[in-house]
Amino acid sequence: MKITLKIWRQQGPNTKGHFKTYKLDHVSTDMSFLEMLDVLNQDLIKKGEEPVAFDHDCREGICGMCSLYINGRPHGPLQTTTCQLHMRTFSDGETITIEPWRASAFPILKDLVVDRSAFDRIQQAGGYISVNTGGVPDANEIPISKKIADEAMDAAQCIGCGACVAACKNASAMLFVSAKVSQFALLPQGKPERKERVEKMVAQMDAEGFGACTNTRACEAECPKGIQITNIARMNREYFSAMVSSYEVAAGEGGAG
Amino acid sequence: MKWIVDMFTSTLGRKLLMALTGLFLILFLAVHLAGNLQLLKDDGGRAFNIYAEFMSSNALIQFVSKGNFFFILLHTGMAIALTIKNRKARGPEGYAVVSGKSSHWTSRNMGILGTLILVFIVTHLYHFWAQMHGYWGNITTLDYDGKPVRDLYTLVDMWFAKGWYVGLYVFCMAAIAFHLWHGFASAFQTLGLNHLKYNGVINVIGKAFAILVPAGFAFIPLKMYFS
Repeated sequence: MKITLKIWRQQGPNTKGHFKTYKLDHVSTDMSFLEMLDVLNQDLIKKGEEPVAFDHDCREGICGMCSLYINGRPHGPLQTTTCQLHMRTFSDGETITIEPWRASAFPILKDLVVDRSAFDRIQQAGGYISVNTGGVPDANEIPISKKIADEAMDAAQCIGCGACVAACKNASAMLFVSAKVSQFALLPQGKPERKERVEKMVAQMDAEGFGACTNTRACEAECPKGIQITNIARMNREYFSAMVSSYEVAAGEGGAG
Repeated sequence: MKWIVDMFTSTLGRKLLMALTGLFLILFLAVHLAGNLQLLKDDGGRAFNIYAEFMSSNALIQFVSKGNFFFILLHTGMAIALTIKNRKARGPEGYAVVSGKSSHWTSRNMGILGTLILVFIVTHLYHFWAQMHGYWGNITTLDYDGKPVRDLYTLVDMWFAKGWYVGLYVFCMAAIAFHLWHGFASAFQTLGLNHLKYNGVINVIGKAFAILVPAGFAFIPLKMYFS
């Protein structure tokens, strides 16, 4: 199949970017989207041009490294990661627009690569549990119902790719933060830091400059891991109850907050 | 007390204020509609006038009404603050292509709908509330069994006889309907009240409220205009 690509090219964080158009004449429908970009880059290298920089790692849909805003949707038209998107999803002769994630908290490093370390700093602020050293506790010592365990696992599926931020018209990171808050808030192991965690993670999220949630549910519709906005409601509950009942925690105290 | 400031300046805290003020204004709409329905009573406006006189002179109602004004301003102010933050969060360069497939139109346009509603509220206050309270115009006073009662009915009747005004009024009710279509359930989600056992009920009541209440408001001027 033949396709036309409109790709955002930007030399560095502080230079002005622009769209550049490329044509590919021999694209296999069985190629993954990233393989198609590999082919484009090989062509560019042969021609002596600079290849397009884009993030990728495992190419198995689990690492959260690939990104790309394809034809107005993060990770393209299917609810999957870009590495799991195949060219058969597109039609012959189609023009595909590829943009980087757009958020002031995710500054562009080069072309389609953005710096998502804001997510790491939110995680460091409170996305952990304390595990005491000593003998290994019995796995069945703490009873957890299957439903709660499943819900915590669903939240823990978040791979931190940032599609929620990219999809949200407000560049809000609430789906990510709420998934990270929920996976611990639901389980007994997360109880000791429960209040402190949500306070610090929300404070860090605000400090990074992410937007607010307007419940458009675009994040949920685009999340490759199917994280649901029930997590955002849970984070709100956790946050309000923590704020009115916790010991006062100043942002910046401990962690990276 | 730093925590209170922290809470209400955080994005979540500001959203909490949006949700709580929004829900109060939803309650206000229901009460307002109940009052307005008396316009349809075939008694030359007597019931409506007595009701309006009570609402504008009762101390408790007037206190709640001041709160209502404050909540409208708070809802608007928070919306502006959040919108500015949200615009900044996207960064200087927006997307060239945006697909509208992943979210509902109303949820993405609450700001535009809200602005329309705010403009409506201001003109609505100017036409009815300001005249009722004697800030301009000269509203006539009727005598109901020895009690002086301001004749708001005649004023309403005069405005609702103008076709362009009725059209504008109905249009603004549609804006409120779309605003509520997203806003009602959204407020519960923001408050953290998302639960499988209750989501269905909240959604059904929200959608029904979003259709029936604005439709009720719009029906009154249409009925008065065409009869």
